[in-house]
Amino acid sequence: MAVASEKTRSAYAPAGLKPMITQTIATEHFNKRQGAAPVLLRTVDLSMRFGGLTALDRVSIDVHQGVIHSVIGPNGAGKTTLFNCVMQGHRISSGDIQLAGERLIGLTPDKVAAAGIARTYQNIRLFTGITAIENLLVGMHRHLKSRWWEAVLASSRCRHDEEKAHAEAREILKFVGLAGRGDTLARHLSYGDQRRLEIGRALCTRPKLLMLDEPTAGMNPREITEMMIFIRRVREAFGLTIVLIEHQMRLVMEVSDKVTVLDHGVKIAEGDPAYVKSNSAVIEAYLGHAAQRQEHPA
Amino acid sequence: MTTAVTTLPVLHPARSLARMDMTLALRAGSVAGIVAVYAAAVGILKVFGQREVIVDHLTLGHVFLFSLAGACGAYVWTRSKASIRLRVINVVIAGIASGFFLVALIALMANVNLRWMFTALSSDLLRSLIYDRGAVGGSVLFLGAGALGAICGALLIGLPQTPRRCLVWGLSAVLIAGVFQELIQIALRFGWPITSLRTFLYVWRGLTLQGAMIAFATAFCVCWALDLGRRHLRRRRGPADIDVAIPRLRSQLASAVLLLCILVVFPLVAGSYIGQVMMLVSLFVLMGMGLNIEVGLAGLLDLGFVAFFAVGAYTMALLTADSEFALAHYTSLPSLTFWMALPLAVLAATGIGILFGLPVLGVRGDYLAVATLGLGEIVRVLVISDAAKPVLGGAQGILQVPKPTIGGIELVDPMHLFYLTLVFVLVAALIAWRLEGSRLGRAWTAIRDDEDVAQALGINLVQCKLLAYGLGAAFAGLAGAIFAAMLTSVYPHSFSLLVSINVLALLIVGGLGSLPGVIVGALLLIGLPEVLREFNEYRFLFYGVLLIVVMQWRPEGLWPSPQRKREVRTPRLG
Repeated sequence: MAVASEKTRSAYAPAGLKPMITQTIATEHFNKRQGAAPVLLRTVDLSMRFGGLTALDRVSIDVHQGVIHSVIGPNGAGKTTLFNCVMQGHRISSGDIQLAGERLIGLTPDKVAAAGIARTYQNIRLFTGITAIENLLVGMHRHLKSRWWEAVLASSRCRHDEEKAHAEAREILKFVGLAGRGDTLARHLSYGDQRRLEIGRALCTRPKLLMLDEPTAGMNPREITEMMIFIRRVREAFGLTIVLIEHQMRLVMEVSDKVTVLDHGVKIAEGDPAYVKSNSAVIEAYLGHAAQRQEHPA
Repeated sequence: MTTAVTTLPVLHPARSLARMDMTLALRAGSVAGIVAVYAAAVGILKVFGQREVIVDHLTLGHVFLFSLAGACGAYVWTRSKASIRLRVINVVIAGIASGFFLVALIALMANVNLRWMFTALSSDLLRSLIYDRGAVGGSVLFLGAGALGAICGALLIGLPQTPRRCLVWGLSAVLIAGVFQELIQIALRFGWPITSLRTFLYVWRGLTLQGAMIAFATAFCVCWALDLGRRHLRRRRGPADIDVAIPRLRSQLASAVLLLCILVVFPLVAGSYIGQVMMLVSLFVLMGMGLNIEVGLAGLLDLGFVAFFAVGAYTMALLTADSEFALAHYTSLPSLTFWMALPLAVLAATGIGILFGLPVLGVRGDYLAVATLGLGEIVRVLVISDAAKPVLGGAQGILQVPKPTIGGIELVDPMHLFYLTLVFVLVAALIAWRLEGSRLGRAWTAIRDDEDVAQALGINLVQCKLLAYGLGAAFAGLAGAIFAAMLTSVYPHSFSLLVSINVLALLIVGGLGSLPGVIVGALLLIGLPEVLREFNEYRFLFYGVLLIVVMQWRPEGLWPSPQRKREVRTPRLG
């Protein structure tokens, strides 16, 4: 399924995956190129109002399959709200959300997960009292088909299922760099390990789309670089589409194929990183009007 | 003694430390003294004073007062930061202070008649406590005993672990041998070698001084030997792995099996009264395991749990009873036997459990407790209501429920019923244990920890929660059905809120989420008060104190599940 964008494909995609699109850099070209890959997640005029506060105002975003799509914006711009809306944690005020053409509106979060979306949280929300591997097994819940009475009777299918799940969980554990630490309590892991374990738990649901909410919050530059490499590895190894909320511009610029900028719930810019970086509305949103005026004294 | 020493005046460093310790000692002593006076005033001391631990030498009242002083001595010893000499002085001060309050009470009683208000404060009580020494002698005795108790407590805390543990074992052995002398004497009634052991330790009224010494020495030596053995093992195996990650399944299993063996053998030797008590205990164990699924695993607090118990009992009664309320009496349904009605009762309870779960699906936390409390009461009120009287018999209940039969033999003896229930308990325990480790058990844990995240990971909250309610209710329904057959009748007053609270309390004391914990909790909260009937009046005081003590010092419960232990006992990092 991975139609990796050109930039990442050349550097990271497994050999044998033929480039489907050739060299592009400019914004217009970028958009054209995206047109080749189908849209996986689409929000249409998505609005979310909490009482008098409009957290999201007619936001339309297309996330194409196989890309890393960053959502950036100042604090309170509505980024996390967007995630919550996609996950159907909030009942949206108006608009539409589709995953591969299927409407998500009105589903419960577990159905959204079943449709193929998994997410992580800005403040890590692991199940802290259980071990790392148990956290992953919870993520695998959806894929274990044995019923509760089979567990009671310890049926062979159930045991087989459990063994398979454990094996798969150990694989994921290895992938997130926690090989051999499966029996450690989640809360006893270091901060970076917890971040990666949370991503691993999301991967256990076998999503098509992975939504990462500030995976580098509170990390130092070295850890940020590691996380960046890790995110790319996740995409390559699982053929995923990733939506990323980030504050770290370095990470956003290096890792993203496409960037959407939100400010006060409104989409103010969208395009490839280079385009967004130079967009005047974005600079204004981040630095305010004064900076804008200084740069363009006319 | 639980009063936290929070803010203390800061004076000159050297002098202030001494003064601080003095304040600490006086405060601890006062708390112990006030507890003692309270116990005397409400009559606990009186009933304790009537229970002899060692015949003619020591009553439970003495033990109670002495251990109060000991506890405050130990507290002062551990909290005080002064030099050893000063610490000893402070401990003595604390002990004397604790004795002082009772002395003051004696003085007060000598001059003022307090019996119009506190009927328990009779002169007999004090006379028995001070061994007839008169007012002055008694006062000196109290103060001295207080000081001695405090020193003993401090010594006990100050000792290295091994001798301390052995001493505690020895003292507990004496206490158990003394307090439960009736039961033990009954258990020792048959056969030549055992009977002679009995005459060796006991006279008919209770434990002799000689017997106490033997009990102490035996327990002390056994503990010492066990400790030596354990050390030997540890030396051979290397240091124990401190990281508590992997639950030691085998040792957990071994202790559970041991507990079970005791459950099986104990009523056999201890007579039919104990059989009845154990019957009750095992019913509560069944209910406890049901509620454990709801509260311990899925984190769904339920204060209306008794409703499921009631549904099970009434279903059994309606289907099997030989009475005008039985369904067979006014419909064409046949009158069923115990065995045919049992699965139906369980099914009915499960159905009610699911119905019960539906309205509270979206309710969380404290609100859930209130909502379930209301639902539970609705069931009880419905049963005693006039509207349901023609069907359910109102306050008079339904009579003549047959006892279960096996192969044509009616199980009348409570002992037989106990073993029948025990089989059900075993099956239920197996089911609960398997569920706990299954996919569903993990989903419950996830819901308990963080409902939103669990749902976002694809766990169907509605299904999982309803399963928890349904399965929990099934266990309670089973218990209820057996309960109806045991009593051969059902009355609405058996299904009060208190039952729900008892079950919840035994879970908390035993350890939420732990199967052996349920058994320990039921033995302690249901079995013990039944055995010590004369203290029945103070049952809920005991509950309260026990709950506070457990929450304060062992929040994970007396026999926690490995997971719970990790959660509570390991620090939160990151």
